[in-house]
Amino acid sequence: MTDLLHTAEALTAAPSAEPTADELEGLNVESVSPARMAMRRFVHHRMAMGCLVVFLIIALFIILAPWTARYPQSHSLPPIDGQSSFVSPNSKAWFGTDELNRDLYSRVIWGGRVSLFIGLSVALTSSILGTITGAIAGYVGGWIDDILMRTTDLFLAFPLLVSLLVLRNMFAKVHQLNWLFGELSSIRFIIVLLSLVTWMGVARIVRGVVLSLKEREFVEASRAIGSKRRRIVWRHLIPNAIGPILVAMTTAVVAAIVTESTLSFFGYGVDPSQGKSSWGNLLEAARGTVQSGYWWIALFPSIVFIITILCINFIGDGLRDAFDPKQDKGRA
Amino acid sequence: MLRYVSRRLVWAVPTLFIVTFLVFVAIRIGTDPVASYLRLNPRASQAKIQQYKEVNGLVGTIPQQYFHWLRHFVTGDWGRSIKGSRPVWPELKNALANTLVLGIFATTIGISVGLFIGTIAAIRQYSKFDSVASTGAFVGLSIPPYISAILLQLLFAVYITKWFNLSEPLLPTSGVYPPGHSGFDPMLRLKYLILPATVVAIQIIAVYSRYMRASLLEVKNSEYLRTARAKGISEKRVLVNHTMRNALIPVVTIAALDIGAIVGGLIITERIFQYPGMGNYFLTAFENGDFPQLMPWMVFVVIAVIMFNLLADVLYAWLDPRIRLD
Repeated sequence: MTDLLHTAEALTAAPSAEPTADELEGLNVESVSPARMAMRRFVHHRMAMGCLVVFLIIALFIILAPWTARYPQSHSLPPIDGQSSFVSPNSKAWFGTDELNRDLYSRVIWGGRVSLFIGLSVALTSSILGTITGAIAGYVGGWIDDILMRTTDLFLAFPLLVSLLVLRNMFAKVHQLNWLFGELSSIRFIIVLLSLVTWMGVARIVRGVVLSLKEREFVEASRAIGSKRRRIVWRHLIPNAIGPILVAMTTAVVAAIVTESTLSFFGYGVDPSQGKSSWGNLLEAARGTVQSGYWWIALFPSIVFIITILCINFIGDGLRDAFDPKQDKGRA
Repeated sequence: MLRYVSRRLVWAVPTLFIVTFLVFVAIRIGTDPVASYLRLNPRASQAKIQQYKEVNGLVGTIPQQYFHWLRHFVTGDWGRSIKGSRPVWPELKNALANTLVLGIFATTIGISVGLFIGTIAAIRQYSKFDSVASTGAFVGLSIPPYISAILLQLLFAVYITKWFNLSEPLLPTSGVYPPGHSGFDPMLRLKYLILPATVVAIQIIAVYSRYMRASLLEVKNSEYLRTARAKGISEKRVLVNHTMRNALIPVVTIAALDIGAIVGGLIITERIFQYPGMGNYFLTAFENGDFPQLMPWMVFVVIAVIMFNLLADVLYAWLDPRIRLD
């Protein structure tokens, strides 16, 4: 009881009590980690959040393809209203059917599996490869840095499609690399091929970040207390470069999906006769039917494709703003 | 400046040798010219094959073959294509001319429209126009050229004709001239150029409106603009002479790089619209494994990139007095 009274007394007497430092400043300090701050900024980026939701829905549909797709992969429907190919959208096939009377809606979902799988795998491998080489090149410099920069310059001299086509033919002939690439036109071949050209972009970004970070005071301090090189790179440089790496990853996903579909579009990508078609294969099929005016073949895959790419781009934009608020030039 | 340019030009020569050598090796590993020849001439005799090999310098080691190719290339003997055995240069020349017409036309329109949109968006930051332009740019960047090309073809080849009951398509969707046409007809040429140019321009507009907006906003908050206003210079002059001038510096250098990339960069659009430019030339040569056609193409592309890289650096130093080249 006396305790209670005591507290009550203390409470009423609070204004006269010695104010703490926080109260003096009129602040209620709560420590927020940089990651949390970035997270908050991302959540407030309306476009990015909306796109994240849309992308997750698309991804969910694609992951759950066995349930969300109405028909199995490469399944020809029986004739609809007497027609056994190119049936326009109807209740049995929401997006219409193609030349083999396959339901386009199901094909878009199954195709998404191939395209997203390629996109994410390439982004993952190239960001790991790119982060490691970029960090080494930026921190150690020397010949690794020279090789990295010159190789990237070499690739920048050619249009991406040209480099890819030339490399594709080349690696298909180098049998010593078969263990890595697998069969030509297989999904694995495409992933390795695309990773080989996209990691350099990530490496360049990481290199730039590391170059600017390594002159900062906290790195110097760490060096001063005798930290080893490896510790500085892993504990200080890479964690601080995580924002740019994430942004580079979203760019890599987009680049991989678009490039794969470009390759497939010209017949140099995934071989659809092996049972799995990517979005690029669907778009290639659309190209042949344009003059006949089967609009659904071109329209539906294009729309899904564009929405997906747009969403990943916006997510990347949100991440960029979230991790680097200074860069934000007041985007609406 | 002159010293810098000449040094860079001198450096460009070994770079060109190294790059062409690497490309030579890559292409030679990837496509066997003898196999390409046999595919197109299945009944060639042993003697014919041997003759073909000697004419095209396909004997000896790869470095020997490279120098054989280089010797002939430098002396202007570019050989004949494997398919059809036609001289390489006239076709390459036509392709280059066609690509430059399409590329410069589309890039000029694209950059002008992009800069215009970017400028307005930056001046009226946070306005409705700004947010529409920003979102529009993102959508434009997210549409790969082959998708916009297919959708435009569908629209113009089939649907507009159908909806408006036209006797012939409003805009042609492939080629440069109607079949059987000869001679030069600027209006007809323009008509055939519109759709492919639109596809190319969409991306350029999207990219440049973003660049221009960012660049203008950067300049907009600078001290010297405040000084200019304090001196009593009219708002219009501040905008044109001080803001725009400085904001354009980074944009101009990027434009130089992009123009250099035109030479080899319109592959997708050209192929879909059957436009006989460099991109189409490359793809056809690549499909046929046509080695004599591929190498000169590569050389042109690399020279264009190297030259326009140099141009971008020089332009940057020339426009921005803070940068000194030496």
